Amino acid sequence: MRTREELQRISMTLEEYQLAKSLLGREPNDLELGMIAVMWSEHCGYKHSKKTLKLFPTTGPYVLQGPGENAGVIKLDEELALAMKMESHNHPSAIEPYQGAATGVGGIVRDILAMGARPIALLDSLRFGLLDNPRTRYLFSGVVSGIAGYGNCIGVPTVGGELAFEKPYTENPLVNVMCIGLLNGKPKSGRAVGIGNSLVLVGASTGRDGIHGATFASLELTSESIERRPAVQAGDPFMEKLLIEAILEALEKSDAIIGIQDMGAAGITSSSAEMASRGGVGVEIEVTRVPQREKGMTPEEIMLSESQERMLLCVEKGREEEIRPIFEKWGLNFAIIGEVIEERVVRIKENGRVVGELPTDLLTEKVPAYDLITEKPKKLEELHIIREIPRIENYGEILLRLLGSPNCSASNWVYEQYDHMVETNTVSIGTGASILRVKGKQYLLGITTDGEGRYCYLDPYTGGMMAVAESARNLICIGAEPLAITDCLNFGNPEDPEIAWYFVETVKGMSECARRLNIPVISGNVSFYNESENYTVYPTPVVGMVGKIESIQTICTPGFKKEGDTIYILGEPGNLGGSLFIEEILGEVRGRPSFDLELEAKLERLLLKGIRDKLINSAQDVSRGGLAVALAECSIWGNLGVDVSIETEKTPEEILFGEGQPVVIITVDQEREKEVEEFFRDLPIKRIGKVTGGNFVIKINGNQLIDLDIECIKKVWSSGIEKWMG
Amino acid sequence: MNFGIVVFPGTNCDRDCYYVIKDILNQPVRFIWHRENDLKGIDCVVLPGGFSYGDYLRAGAIARFSPIMSSVKEFADKGGLVIGICNGFQILTEAGLLPGALGRNRSLKFICRYVDLIIERNDTPFTLEFKKGEIIRMPIAHNEGSYYIDDISKIEKQVVLRYYGENPNGAIDNIAGIVNERGNVFGLMPHPERCSEKILGSEDGLRIFKSIVRSL
Repeated sequence: MRTREELQRISMTLEEYQLAKSLLGREPNDLELGMIAVMWSEHCGYKHSKKTLKLFPTTGPYVLQGPGENAGVIKLDEELALAMKMESHNHPSAIEPYQGAATGVGGIVRDILAMGARPIALLDSLRFGLLDNPRTRYLFSGVVSGIAGYGNCIGVPTVGGELAFEKPYTENPLVNVMCIGLLNGKPKSGRAVGIGNSLVLVGASTGRDGIHGATFASLELTSESIERRPAVQAGDPFMEKLLIEAILEALEKSDAIIGIQDMGAAGITSSSAEMASRGGVGVEIEVTRVPQREKGMTPEEIMLSESQERMLLCVEKGREEEIRPIFEKWGLNFAIIGEVIEERVVRIKENGRVVGELPTDLLTEKVPAYDLITEKPKKLEELHIIREIPRIENYGEILLRLLGSPNCSASNWVYEQYDHMVETNTVSIGTGASILRVKGKQYLLGITTDGEGRYCYLDPYTGGMMAVAESARNLICIGAEPLAITDCLNFGNPEDPEIAWYFVETVKGMSECARRLNIPVISGNVSFYNESENYTVYPTPVVGMVGKIESIQTICTPGFKKEGDTIYILGEPGNLGGSLFIEEILGEVRGRPSFDLELEAKLERLLLKGIRDKLINSAQDVSRGGLAVALAECSIWGNLGVDVSIETEKTPEEILFGEGQPVVIITVDQEREKEVEEFFRDLPIKRIGKVTGGNFVIKINGNQLIDLDIECIKKVWSSGIEKWMG
Repeated sequence: MNFGIVVFPGTNCDRDCYYVIKDILNQPVRFIWHRENDLKGIDCVVLPGGFSYGDYLRAGAIARFSPIMSSVKEFADKGGLVIGICNGFQILTEAGLLPGALGRNRSLKFICRYVDLIIERNDTPFTLEFKKGEIIRMPIAHNEGSYYIDDISKIEKQVVLRYYGENPNGAIDNIAGIVNERGNVFGLMPHPERCSEKILGSEDGLRIFKSIVRSL
């Protein structure tokens, strides 16, 4: 019998322990209990999210592999497929930012590799507290260096992502990393099949690092968390690079590899159990055959170690020697540590003696799935009320304040630390979506990540829809047709009914929007317990999306193209709910974000057609900071001014800084105005002005409210992060 | 013109160089694993960028002991063309094929962005396609690109490329690329393979590869 305290240390409840015991029919020994605890942790077992995640649409004409594998895969053409996945590394980054972020990159890259794909790009969606806090600056610079240190070394370009700085992320930053990769033909699977086939551990040796990392990630952060620093793994990107090349070379030269699995959270335990579960088989592992870098490791330590840069292969019996030389050439371990067995158990041996044995399904399918107890927060209705907005004296000053806020400003301080060009496919980065070419193909890829915690905090259903819609809109604006979604859902403690309510509503909103826009969710990750003594993070879904651009001729970019072009807005700006403006002016997040899904669907369809028909010279999504910020960015990127004049019944602040969606700014040749108005006649479309060679000028109802020099705008915008980080 | 691209463990710009030479320039090219020592039939050796041996210890410090490096030395001594890009430049200085050393960037941060460069010499096999004094744009991507040498006067004539305008990494005398005295070994921090196609934003880098082809 175990005590509650004993179980608490491994994040297990007494009830769960009793359930495990009854499923097993006996008391588990220490090794077995450790294995059950990590597999039943929220991080590995998804016990609070499994049921809700079923709401996502996961199928579609391009989907080759939906959720359930190391990564999702879509078909790009008759030969090429694309693997994609996003994952969080929030908890480790909160206490050890460099290694936490670095190993986050390592893990997601191996997930892509496990599908048999060469990783071709990384994106990072990062959330921190406010930069006036020195610890935030420490976390921010540590995370960015960690991503750079790892990603640059392995030669996978970091090409995009986004940043936000908000108080609720002060003690619990969000580090969500997305990777995409390309593969020829059929994706690999993380399956163990064929009785007698070998389980081969390749890559680095196993040490005592990261033991119980998965259970650590399933707890709230406390002031004692810092003492769990040993639960954070240390990464070796050089080893990862060798692993990438060795695996790809082995796959190219031999078909002896039947299954590939990343060895991430819960190490050998989870990778072997998952492979066995997918294959409907059992596995037997001899722990003494695992290459170890420390002496005297116990079977439990070996089975739970989260040492990085390791993968598990299922290799056809008798053909191991075909691929061993490849791994040895790259200086990597190639150790046959076990085999596939018929009996559906995970059996652990030490020098031939059985030291633990658990049914495969006890570690996988039978992980409990909880119904969430949900309750709508009472404070919500009150939060929807926007208090009186003080009279704005100087709109230009407000615009500059928003543009200079790290939430809107240029991000080159970040991405110039990342090698974003290696692999020589990067065509464009730094705007709403990045563009990669695919060598030898006419089409190009668009990639983006998006998700606004503020919106979800005020209205999770609408915010969930907006996270999906905004990603899609970002892709449409560059001329890409959205193909698939991967996501990261970052929330607090799901056992708190209000957090649970936020989670369910957000997923409902995302699902509704994904379904309406026909974009399947093919992989993803849930991160709960993102809270600390003082803060709970905003409910933050991050959506990663990939799309396809027909050809280089149909790329559209947001920067203004030439003087004299006519500026239109599609959609209706005006809602200040949840806007950055309200936060800046009132010092609090308030109001109710608004979003029109039917309009979104119509707008996206027409806009993509308009771009492909070359009717449109530039397109820019209006989001954080509203219309004024979006126009300013178009001016900065195009190095051109505007003369905008809007007649409206709304207030100037609603028009200039409202973040209701969808709204898109487009510019067109002056001679084509009639044609354009006719083309978009089914949408709310408004001609608002001209691109000029002069200042940035905006008039509302005849009053000139903003008149700024482009160089001044550029200066403020480019120094938003640098002014804090140097 | 036969190119050979040396691959060390941790090299990561090998395939990018291969693509430019093979697919853009249509020149014969092959990869050479660092444990090999045969450079037969090769006219130009490329030491590409990346993180050979993880840049552990010091960038390029371990790679110089690879078997292929003694062959590269012999090859260079006989007048063969050698170009070291980024990590390749670091390896060439570590191996003593080029003078000086590359230290941490002044900012202590990795820097990846386009920089302006001025062509100081167009009489080398690597820069025939440029005009002397011409300003070009190429991307840099490095942590340790700050060139240093005790006595700058010794190599004054060997400077081929200088940063123009802003010096991104603190390199002495704005040095971005140098050749050996004989002029057949070239090391540079910028990445010409990353700017050899219009779709990637610049074709200035291609002119370096074209120069090499023309030189023979």
